[in-house]
Amino acid sequence: MTLSAQSLLSADSLAQIDKEVAKYPADQKPSAVMAALRIAQVEKGWLAPATIESVAQYLGMPTIAVYEVATFYNMYQLEPCGRHKITVCTNLPCQLQGADTVADYLKQKLGIGFGETTPDGRFTLKEGECMGTCGSGPLCLHNNHTMHAHLSPETVDKLLDELK
Amino acid sequence: MSAPYTGPKVCLWTLDHANPASLETYVANGGYSALKKILAEKTPAAEIIEQVKISALRGRGGAGFPTGLKWSFMPRNYEGDKYIVCNSDEGEPGTFKDRDIIEFNPHQLIEGMVIAGYTLGAKAGYNYIHGEIFELYESWEKALEEARSAGYLGNNICGSGWAFDVHAHQGYGAYVCGEETALLESIEGKKGQPRFKPPFPASFGLYGKPTTINNTETLASIPWIMRNGGQAFLDLGKPNNGGTKIFSISGHVNKPGNYEIPMGTPFADLLVMAGGVRDGHTLKAVIPGGSSAPVLPAEIIMACTLDYDSIAKAGSMFGSGAVIVMDETVCMVKALERLSYFYYEESCGQCTPCREGTGWMYRVVHRIEHGEGRPEDLDLLMSVGNNIAGRTICALGEAAVGPVQSFIKHFRQEFEYHIEHKRCMVGA
Ligand code: FES
Repeated sequence: MTLSAQSLLSADSLAQIDKEVAKYPADQKPSAVMAALRIAQVEKGWLAPATIESVAQYLGMPTIAVYEVATFYNMYQLEPCGRHKITVCTNLPCQLQGADTVADYLKQKLGIGFGETTPDGRFTLKEGECMGTCGSGPLCLHNNHTMHAHLSPETVDKLLDELK
Repeated sequence: MSAPYTGPKVCLWTLDHANPASLETYVANGGYSALKKILAEKTPAAEIIEQVKISALRGRGGAGFPTGLKWSFMPRNYEGDKYIVCNSDEGEPGTFKDRDIIEFNPHQLIEGMVIAGYTLGAKAGYNYIHGEIFELYESWEKALEEARSAGYLGNNICGSGWAFDVHAHQGYGAYVCGEETALLESIEGKKGQPRFKPPFPASFGLYGKPTTINNTETLASIPWIMRNGGQAFLDLGKPNNGGTKIFSISGHVNKPGNYEIPMGTPFADLLVMAGGVRDGHTLKAVIPGGSSAPVLPAEIIMACTLDYDSIAKAGSMFGSGAVIVMDETVCMVKALERLSYFYYEESCGQCTPCREGTGWMYRVVHRIEHGEGRPEDLDLLMSVGNNIAGRTICALGEAAVGPVQSFIKHFRQEFEYHIEHKRCMVGA
């Protein structure tokens, strides 16, 4: 049975989704699906099947259509991950500016590789594609939304210390 | 080199002010005056389009299509909704200019979208913002709120009685959505898979309605053109290449970043502005127009000026103006391996030649880089590339082939050395 979004998501998340829905013509609610999944993911940490189903129900979409979106765009998190997801851009411009050194430092410091989570559930490390900010590389995204630029081993140390 | 450019800038001029992104800064320097004038005088759409044509503004997202001409494709007397879409889905490796417009001059982009909406008779505008720059999605929404409160958006713009609104739409990690029809699919709440064309968006766009899609820098240039005239914009650049242009320069330079300079500036001047090649190193190669543009060896790019014509003549693409600089320490096989992985990862999977071909090319480059290359691999890569290019719905296939074929063309001996000696000749 599908749990309704009303019972799964907080009032604040629902209000945010409603704001997104209002941007589009009244008969085009699915336009808000990308934002709705993002909002649900921020609240829940990842997109469990029940969460995806409730978003589908809330927007009046077939569940499969919401799955198509959730699986197509790579910032949606389809399995549980650490509290802090660190996505490092390793594309060519960032690589030329030292992204590999930063990525290796992160792997060694956290003791995990790309796509892995630390045993204490604190960090997940991911490899990312170009984030449209190459001039400030090496850089990473924290939990999809906060960018940290001009990374070096020293700034990585500082960042990891701040993320409890 | 000629003296560094100190003339007017079209898009990033607010950076010379204390609060570059604020509405006050924008308005105090002539912002929204073009919109007010157009609404007060009820300037006919044809006159606006004429100025844009005179300006020789060409699409700043990569294709370089003349903006005035694109605008003239929109049906004039269509009875129904029409849309304006701004493409800020900036994910082509090396490109990071639109993010700076959104961060540092958000209101000029809003004014540009509103003028475009007025000119083309649109009901609303959407700005599709690359998912990874989510902080700018939020800051731009704040700018929209400011513009709404000040009467530059909404039901009665500048007291004219005309209604138009602009909204932000987020991407969430899919390079292919920079392709305009994939982007429309994405706004409609679907997977971002490009559509067959025709029909073109001007007749069948967002929600099946006539739609014009322009790049961020293109739309942000419109208020400047309307304030100063199309001719003044053209005069900033060179014939057929109007305006200043933001160049994103990254890689092995001392000062990576955005530099807004006239179209037609010698590449050598841009390199100097960016602090030159990393200290103690020499220029080896440059990708002049974003990762999809064919690479050019140092001696060729050093003779180029930065405009569509000169870069095309040299055998590459002006593209988005994203300049990736590589010095003599770069292994071209390794560099190509990373780019090929990107296209493999980002292919939407819709067309077989691209879905299978990008993976195939990546695997072959990967094995060359890792000492397992075979003598026939270079011919194989060229042939796989030839069987992708021109056989797909969108340009992502060609974009994946451009780097592969040009890296092999200009740096063949590096690839051959890798295959023969199972290691890199750079630093050997
Ligand atoms: S290559 Fe890393 S942000 Fe573009």
